[in-house]
Amino acid sequence: MFKKILIKKGLCLAALMASGMVSAAGLNISIEVPKLTVAEYHTPYTAVWLESAEEGDKKTVKTLSVWYADKKREGGGEKWLKDLRQWWRRDGRSLTFPIDGVSGATKLAGVHQLTYTQGAAPLGNLAKGNYILFVEIAREGGGREVVKVPFTWPVEKATSLSATGTAEVGAVTLELNP
Amino acid sequence: MKNFIQCAFFSTAMIASTVVHAHNMWLLPSETSKGGKGGWATFDLAVSTEFFTFDSGAPRIDGIQVISPDANQIQVQNVFEGKLRTSFDVEINQPGTYKIFSASSGLTARWEGADGKRGFWPPRGAKADPAEFATAVPKDAKNLEVTQASRRIETFVTLGAPSKAALKPTNQGLELVPVTHPNDLAVSEASEFIFLIDGKPAVGAKIEVVEGGSRYRLSPGEQRYETDKNGHVKIQWKKTGMYWLGAEYKDNKATKPATQRSGNYSATFEVLVD
Repeated sequence: MFKKILIKKGLCLAALMASGMVSAAGLNISIEVPKLTVAEYHTPYTAVWLESAEEGDKKTVKTLSVWYADKKREGGGEKWLKDLRQWWRRDGRSLTFPIDGVSGATKLAGVHQLTYTQGAAPLGNLAKGNYILFVEIAREGGGREVVKVPFTWPVEKATSLSATGTAEVGAVTLELNP
Repeated sequence: MKNFIQCAFFSTAMIASTVVHAHNMWLLPSETSKGGKGGWATFDLAVSTEFFTFDSGAPRIDGIQVISPDANQIQVQNVFEGKLRTSFDVEINQPGTYKIFSASSGLTARWEGADGKRGFWPPRGAKADPAEFATAVPKDAKNLEVTQASRRIETFVTLGAPSKAALKPTNQGLELVPVTHPNDLAVSEASEFIFLIDGKPAVGAKIEVVEGGSRYRLSPGEQRYETDKNGHVKIQWKKTGMYWLGAEYKDNKATKPATQRSGNYSATFEVLVD
């Protein structure tokens, strides 16, 4: 009897852990910052955000991550956030930096993983609808590029979408978890 | 050759309804969108045949004013008066939109004297003193035209998110009232503005828009628009860049002694987003 309960408990725990590993509802995003062979390379400023497909006042805009040089003197690299022009116009210019869980230092070339959980900041409760994931990268002394991944939320089963830039943004993968 | 030039001048006069002239004044900001805590913006004021190159002359700085986002007047700094441009700096440190402008208005008159000679008031280069107007025009003047003329030149710079407190119209002369904020322009979205003349919709005002860098194009490539019955105009930008917008308006709804009313407006806009 006692043993049985133990086993049951163990099973329950295992089941819970398993569901945890499949991961909670939300988005996993991977962003490739391409390795560029240039004379003077500065790690790029990056903004990751979502926009709903609605227009006007109904439009939802959510900034998920912003990477910038926040240690620079004179108010930091915040001064140059405006160079992420599309994001700046959509959301950045109305925000005050730094933002917990959103802002971070610029990243080296390579693939970077980001995880956002439904119901938790900065994603919050993403309502049912059509969205576009935007990744904008601007590099000092370099170019600027925006890559978009359209998606529908929520999903019934894990879904993977991707897009690739041509210059400043490498492969962007969006995994949607139900 | 001389005939050709005269002919060219004559034909320019004949199609005087264009807004872009051989020489246009412009006020060019170093940038229109600032982030972080802001900093300095620098401006060039010049007259030229192309946008935005320095090739003709520098207007004087006298009338330049700056309205900060909290709707107060602030001072320009580091004025430089060159041969081809007049430059100055403005410290941008309040979140919101700054308006940098010069506006003037007054009466001008032209007539034919009894001897057939043309007369003008105020005399070329002189400042108009309205008190002198009554005595300046001869009693026997023929074909007297008195114009109530207004001129405005402006540009806008925003720190952070755009605001509208500095953009309130004065209801004097030809003015632009934003539907689309002038520091919120994108190629993918048409920009809408309302033009007012003395506070009322300027109906049928002629608008021309020219992208900077005209020196390097085969033609100026101006876009022409006209305001509708509400003074409204919708502008479609071709691509990102710095643009000159000129507007002209004329009617005969003038207050005496003026017989007609004219408004001249120009602004520099930056389209930053596709």
